[in-house]
Amino acid sequence: MSMINTRDIMETIDMITSENLDVRTVTMGISLLDCIDSDPKIACEKIYQKITTKASNLVPVVEKISADYGIPIVNKRISVTPIAMLLGACPSADPVEFAKTLDRAAKKVGVNFIGGYGALVHKGFSAGDKRLIESIPEALACTDIVCSSVNIGSTKSGINMDAVRMMGQIVRKTAERTADNMCLGAAKLVVFCNAPEDNPFMAGAFHGVGEPDCEIHVGVSGPGAVRAALAKLPKDAPVDEVAELVKRTAFKITRLGQLVASLASEQLGVPAGIIDLSLAPTPAVGDSVANILEEMGLESCGCCGTTACLALLNDAVKKGGVMASNHVGGLSGAFIPVSEDDGMIKAASCGSLTIEKLEAMTAVCSVGIDMVVIPGDATAEVISGLIADEAAIGMVNSKTTAVRVIPAIGHKAGDILDFGGLLGYAPIMPISQYAPDVFIHRGGRLPAPMQALKN
Amino acid sequence: MKAVITVIGKDTVGVVARISAVCSKLNINIEDMTQSIMQEMFCMIMLVDVSGCNVDQAVMRAEFARVGEDLQMQVNVTRQEVFDAMHHI
Repeated sequence: MSMINTRDIMETIDMITSENLDVRTVTMGISLLDCIDSDPKIACEKIYQKITTKASNLVPVVEKISADYGIPIVNKRISVTPIAMLLGACPSADPVEFAKTLDRAAKKVGVNFIGGYGALVHKGFSAGDKRLIESIPEALACTDIVCSSVNIGSTKSGINMDAVRMMGQIVRKTAERTADNMCLGAAKLVVFCNAPEDNPFMAGAFHGVGEPDCEIHVGVSGPGAVRAALAKLPKDAPVDEVAELVKRTAFKITRLGQLVASLASEQLGVPAGIIDLSLAPTPAVGDSVANILEEMGLESCGCCGTTACLALLNDAVKKGGVMASNHVGGLSGAFIPVSEDDGMIKAASCGSLTIEKLEAMTAVCSVGIDMVVIPGDATAEVISGLIADEAAIGMVNSKTTAVRVIPAIGHKAGDILDFGGLLGYAPIMPISQYAPDVFIHRGGRLPAPMQALKN
Repeated sequence: MKAVITVIGKDTVGVVARISAVCSKLNINIEDMTQSIMQEMFCMIMLVDVSGCNVDQAVMRAEFARVGEDLQMQVNVTRQEVFDAMHHI
């Protein structure tokens, strides 16, 4: 081959065919600020029209790119302006009608998730915020592909402890409301600190107010390709070599994402937003972030050394990816969702991975306690306490953290919840049941740290 | 518009002939070709020009996949831009 080296060709083909390399999501961000109306019926009609117009070609165009270029592109998704902002204008509206409208519009254009049924309340509640939050359990129970997120803290503003208290109750209620369906509602609900406004990944995607009217984000993936590359490295190679290899692999993976982003943006006539440089696992065997950490030399994910390995991985992914893309954004780093990662599921099942260790890991990766199934008798205050802990880690370290836990209503410890598809399955993980009630009931706002004062 | 056809699997009679026949039928010009044994597998790489291809890309892909199934080998068609993006700075 004159133009391209045979080894490079075979490496790419191997990555795609046997190491699960893919572009995980092409997500269209759509602003709904021009759909605000004091009449909720008119607002919902405008929302439906805008989404089905802007995204009418999203799925066919992305599928054609995938077929033309031979690149697997797994998901097509939409993120929208947090619905609480539209709800503020119509005090008598039923928020759930907005959720149903999103569900209908998303199904019409054929995407598999739509995110943005949420509120940004890191400093306090504005007009529509509380009503939206209170409607989340019902909204997620009566829609199929709507995802919800609420931002309850930030490095700049501190943590809204009233919202933390509320979200503990909401997470529980959402699980209770869908108890007959594996408590699935809670898997579509994320509580954030420092939520990125251009995140293409679900369930936390929404379209921030500083974003343009419409744009295309791409989330890359490829834990399997990174693990396969590391497997070829001798076991006594120093960690510098491990980091270098992760960087090189992340660069290649991200370039593939950048190619798709440029093509999609051009063919849809929509500006390119960001590339999210993430290692997002799937339940498929080998497509696991936990397996990468184990390939670095851990017996099982969660053992001592896990946080250090994850820190190395997260940093190398960013360094490799950043040169490969024009604009980096979203979460960009390694994801550690338990139920969506074959290695994490095994580690949680055998007891080497605990919630406490996961919490430590969230200090050095791009997300938080994600897709963790907790016992159904965990109180709302315990969940709020977990949210507060995660938010504190995010706030102090100027990074995104999140909580997406599924209280397994009606199940016992040792049971397994199986959500199916990309959401995977997971064993119930024990969580400390000592009560943080007095602290959680105090409410108020946890002050922003010194790190906030950068000006 | 260049693409790379890769054929990987246990070596068998007529691989080049079968793949070339599809190329000819779909008006795809073969520009370069190499064969080797990698990791105990037969591996053929063809650089082709698909600009003149007389069917839709998805149909073309399905044609090659069908031949792959017949030969019990893995046949992939990937656009050259993918390799350029991943391996050239």
